[in-house]
Amino acid sequence: MKILVPVKRVLDYNVKPRVKSDGTGVDLANVKMSMNPFDEIGVEEAIRLKEKGVATEIIAVSVGPAKAQETLRTALAMGADRAILVQTDDDVEPLALAKIFKAIADAEQPGLVILGKQAIDGDNNQTGQMLAALTGWAQGTFASAVNVEGDSVNVTREVDGGLETVKLKLPAIVTTDLRLNEPRYASLPNIMKAKSKPLDTKTPADYGVDTAPRVKTVKVSEPPVRSAGVKVADVDELVAKLKALGVHS
Amino acid sequence: MKTLVWVEHDGSAVKDATLAVVTAASKLGEVHLLVAGSGVDAVAKEAAQIAGVGKVHVADNAAFGHNLPENIAPLVAELMASHDAFLAPATTTGKNVAPRVAALLDVMQISEILSVEGPKSFTRPIYAGNAIATVESSDAKLVLTVRGTAFDKAATSGGSGSIEAVSADGDAGISSFVGAEIAKQDRPELTSAKIIVSGGRALGSSEKYEEVIVPLADKLGAALGASRAAVDAGYVPNDYQVGQTGKIVAPQVYFAIGISGAIQHLAGMKDSKTIVAINKDEDAPIFQVADFGLVADLFNAVPELTGKI
Repeated sequence: MKILVPVKRVLDYNVKPRVKSDGTGVDLANVKMSMNPFDEIGVEEAIRLKEKGVATEIIAVSVGPAKAQETLRTALAMGADRAILVQTDDDVEPLALAKIFKAIADAEQPGLVILGKQAIDGDNNQTGQMLAALTGWAQGTFASAVNVEGDSVNVTREVDGGLETVKLKLPAIVTTDLRLNEPRYASLPNIMKAKSKPLDTKTPADYGVDTAPRVKTVKVSEPPVRSAGVKVADVDELVAKLKALGVHS
Repeated sequence: MKTLVWVEHDGSAVKDATLAVVTAASKLGEVHLLVAGSGVDAVAKEAAQIAGVGKVHVADNAAFGHNLPENIAPLVAELMASHDAFLAPATTTGKNVAPRVAALLDVMQISEILSVEGPKSFTRPIYAGNAIATVESSDAKLVLTVRGTAFDKAATSGGSGSIEAVSADGDAGISSFVGAEIAKQDRPELTSAKIIVSGGRALGSSEKYEEVIVPLADKLGAALGASRAAVDAGYVPNDYQVGQTGKIVAPQVYFAIGISGAIQHLAGMKDSKTIVAINKDEDAPIFQVADFGLVADLFNAVPELTGKI
C-alpha cells in the first residue's frame, strides 16, 4: 500500500519566535526553517512501515512556498519515494489543507495518511482529524504505536491519563505524537540521491481548493511576561514563605 | 447565540474540564450540553445541575461508549443544525472530536481559546505560547476548543437544565475500542490540582523521583508532574508531563524541582498562581518565572522541606 505523508516547513523548533513590532505575526525573515518535528516523526513511521514490507511507496506532500521544496527534499533524503509540492505563498488554514490532501488521497489511493498531530507554528491540531472527516476514514490521533494487521491498523494513542488503543479499518488517518519514534538523520549519499527523486509541483487551484482564510488574524502580541520573584536563602525561609501562603501539610 | 458544549465524562461523572467550557460558552450565549456515551443517566443528571445550563441533550448508545470520533462527530454535526457554536475542552478527547465536527460543518475551528473578545473573536496561543493571536471567524457557525486553565469553572450546582434524549445512528463501523492503560492514582488530577509537585531530569532516576518528589507531594496532598526530559528519560509515565506537548496546568502552587525551565515546560505551567523553583543552577531559566527560588542541591533541600513544611 501507499502512504501519504504531509510535511510542513516551519520555524525551526530551536529558534525562539519573535513577535513583529507591528503586531502582524511572528518574524520569519532570515531565521532557520525546518520540517515540523511531528511531521518528521510521520515520515520516519512511514519509512519503518516500508522497511517492514507493509508499505510499498511513500509520497511526501507539502503545501507552501517554493522553499518548501527543501522540506520535501529532506523527506526524500530520509526515505520517501516521491514528492508533491502544492505551491502557494498564502498561509493555508487546516480546513483548506485537509481539502487539498483529500483531493490528493482521491488520486493516489493511499492505505494510510500519516500527519503530525500539530504544526509547531499555528498549534491548531486539526488537519488530520479534518482530513478523516472529509474522506470518511477512521482516525488514530496522537499515536505512540502503529501496527498494521491485514485490512486494519491498531493505533495506540496518548490520551489524558495514559494510553488507549483503537482498531481502525484501512484506509485510515494517523497523527503522530512525540514518542512514536525517533526520526533518523538523512545520510549524505541519501541527500545526494534525493536530488534526483521525482518532485511534482502543483497549485491549490489544480485541486479545485479555495484557500481564502476563514479566520482573520486581527493581531499577534507577546504573551504577558511573568516577572521573577525573590530568591530565598534556605529551606527555612522557603517554609516561612509557603506557610504565609497557607501551604503546609 | 445557542451553544452546544461537549460534556467530557468518564461514564459516571462529569470531568472538571467541562466546567471551564461552560463558562466560555456562557459568554457567547445560551448553553446547551451534549452528553454522549453508554449508560450515562447519572452523568446527564449531574450535567443538568451545572449553573447556567439550559438543555442537556443525551445520546445514549453503546457506539458512543469510548468517544470514538467516527461515531460521535456525525451526531454533533446533526445537532449543530439547531446550534450556532460547538465548544469542547482542549483535552485529548476534545481535540480528537472537534476538528472532525468542524470539517463536517465546513467550518474552520479555532483551537485552545484563552478568551472571548466578541461574538466571533477570540485569543489563542500560537508558537507554543510564545505569541498570542487575536482572531476573528467569518464562518456561519463556530467550532472552538477551550483551554481549561484560562476560564473559571462553572459551579456544579444551581442549574436546572432539561434533559432531552437524542436518537442517533451510532456505529459508523470503521473503528473500535481495543483497550486502555489508564494510570490509577490516589491523588488529585494534574489539571485540577491545587498544588503540583513536578520533578525534572536532575533527579536522575525513577527511584530518586519516588524517594524525593513523592513524599513532598504526599505531605501536601499534591498532584505529581514532570518535565518532558524526565518523561523521555523514563522516570515517570507520559501522563505526568507538564508542558506545551503535555498538560497545561495552573494550580495555586507549582513546585518545579530540578527543572531547568525549557520554553516548552514554561508554556505548560506559567499561569500557576505561585511558582516555587528548586535548582542548583542559579542561572536556570526557571528562576526567571519563579516567585520563590531556592538555589540548592535538591537531594538535600527537598527532603528538608518535606520534613519542615
